[in-house]
Amino acid sequence: MTTHLPGLKIIKPGFLTLLQDSGRRGVMHQGLACGGPMDRHAWAWANRLAGNPWHTAALEISFGGFECVAETQLQIAITGADISLHINGSPQPRWTALNMNPGDRLVLGHPASGVRVYLAVQGGFALNPGLGGSNSTLVREGTGGLQGDGSALQAGDHLPCNPVKSRGILRQMPEQWLPDYTAPLVLDVIMGAQLDRFPSATLQRFFSSCYTLTPRSDRMGARLSGPALEHHGQALISEGISLGAIQVPADGQPIILLQDRQTVGGYPKLGAVTPRSLDALAQRMPGSEIRFQPIALHEAQEQEKRFLAFFIERD
Amino acid sequence: MLWRYEITGVDTITLHFGDQIGVELAQRVHRATRQLRARLGNRLIDSVPSYTTIMLRYDLLQDDLASLIATVTPILASLPDDTDVEDSPLVKIPVFYHPSVGPDLERIAERAGISIEQAIALHSGQTYHVFAIGFAPGFAYLGEVPESIATPRLATPRHRVPAGSLGIADTQTAIYPLDSPGGWNLIGRTPLTLFDTGREPNSLLQTGQRVRFYPIDYEEYLALGGELGGGFA
Repeated sequence: MTTHLPGLKIIKPGFLTLLQDSGRRGVMHQGLACGGPMDRHAWAWANRLAGNPWHTAALEISFGGFECVAETQLQIAITGADISLHINGSPQPRWTALNMNPGDRLVLGHPASGVRVYLAVQGGFALNPGLGGSNSTLVREGTGGLQGDGSALQAGDHLPCNPVKSRGILRQMPEQWLPDYTAPLVLDVIMGAQLDRFPSATLQRFFSSCYTLTPRSDRMGARLSGPALEHHGQALISEGISLGAIQVPADGQPIILLQDRQTVGGYPKLGAVTPRSLDALAQRMPGSEIRFQPIALHEAQEQEKRFLAFFIERD
Repeated sequence: MLWRYEITGVDTITLHFGDQIGVELAQRVHRATRQLRARLGNRLIDSVPSYTTIMLRYDLLQDDLASLIATVTPILASLPDDTDVEDSPLVKIPVFYHPSVGPDLERIAERAGISIEQAIALHSGQTYHVFAIGFAPGFAYLGEVPESIATPRLATPRHRVPAGSLGIADTQTAIYPLDSPGGWNLIGRTPLTLFDTGREPNSLLQTGQRVRFYPIDYEEYLALGGELGGGFA
């Protein structure tokens, strides 16, 4: 065990703080969800700035209000939502590596825009790999995370960190790549195979209407409200559910299925939102307005490959 | 083997092998899953077999849709259409069938116009097949329950069903691996642990297996570690 290693101590976890790495592999057939960061873009940048490889677990801090203390010399990076960030009372930038010394206290405010903040620590947290080779936290299942029981991080939790020889340079993200979480959001949709379940008037309504992200959204699904989407009744034979699938239950209000979704289900699906669009969605507050546009599979795959290659192949 | 695919995500396709739920098709799905996993290795991130389908999530840094289909096609073409159902492994599960842990048992018997003992004999006399795993970790959808005791889900699901509870929903039966909400008609409880993160594989049941339940009495249930507590809400 490596729990004796010094690292970070949580003082205030805020609304919801979870360990998330890139998620589980090869477990869905056992009924286990994949997990993983809701906004992979900000998560991957936090690890990149901290000098970590792709898979490394970072903290996903929702709605801010987080405080922690360094127990050793650390280099960290904080990305994601636009939030005030202080170390020992002095303001610090996001999207850049920061050094912390033993006893330094990090305090996050509440987001001005965006929802989720990612905190990566150079070298990563010293954790034994869990289900599917991952330490991602699945609260709904009661699996994964620091204790392996799916619990969110709590005040007093100690996160051991892998020792790092030399902290090295402080990396910074080029400013022109800063995302704007207030921009109007249009999600790219890969058209689904069950389109024949939806009359063409329904499809037209879907792509021409504005939907609102409701507060009943969580890591399982983004629940939207807007013009109802009728479809040709009857449930389907249950089948695997992919990331981003747009499921339309009987009430016609679409649900976009996310990282902690169930593995199988039988509601008709209109298509799937691309992972890059889900990254942007993860930073929208409930009440945000959302539109949809179709994207060709080829284009979506090129976009996704560019994203993965940028973060993975340089490891 | 006849099949078609649907695009279900940027790195996901769903293979379809038929439209009717049945044991033979479930066996074909299982056989295809095993072959695809063995032959594709780490080119697959996940594979999710269900009643008539297999969802495949592939690695976009190794494959695009065309290269994946080019690999999948000969693998599926080499699979025989006929399957020997008796080949699949049989898992035997002890169950304490009793109203104290199966609050819907009496109603199911009454509905069928038979005694509780007859209902238990019908349920435990059948060999079931694991059609799919889902809803929760280790939750296996088993079919098919004899028509006379097939019972629709509760109109209002219970807020809490204790782990190990055995239920019926229409012609399917399943054990709740963990305490959870649930709308299935409960007829008994097993002392076995259906899902255990400290065990490999975590899930006691896997798609493609066959399952038989055998009745045990109260003493045997306790001796095997069964509990009465948990309560229903």
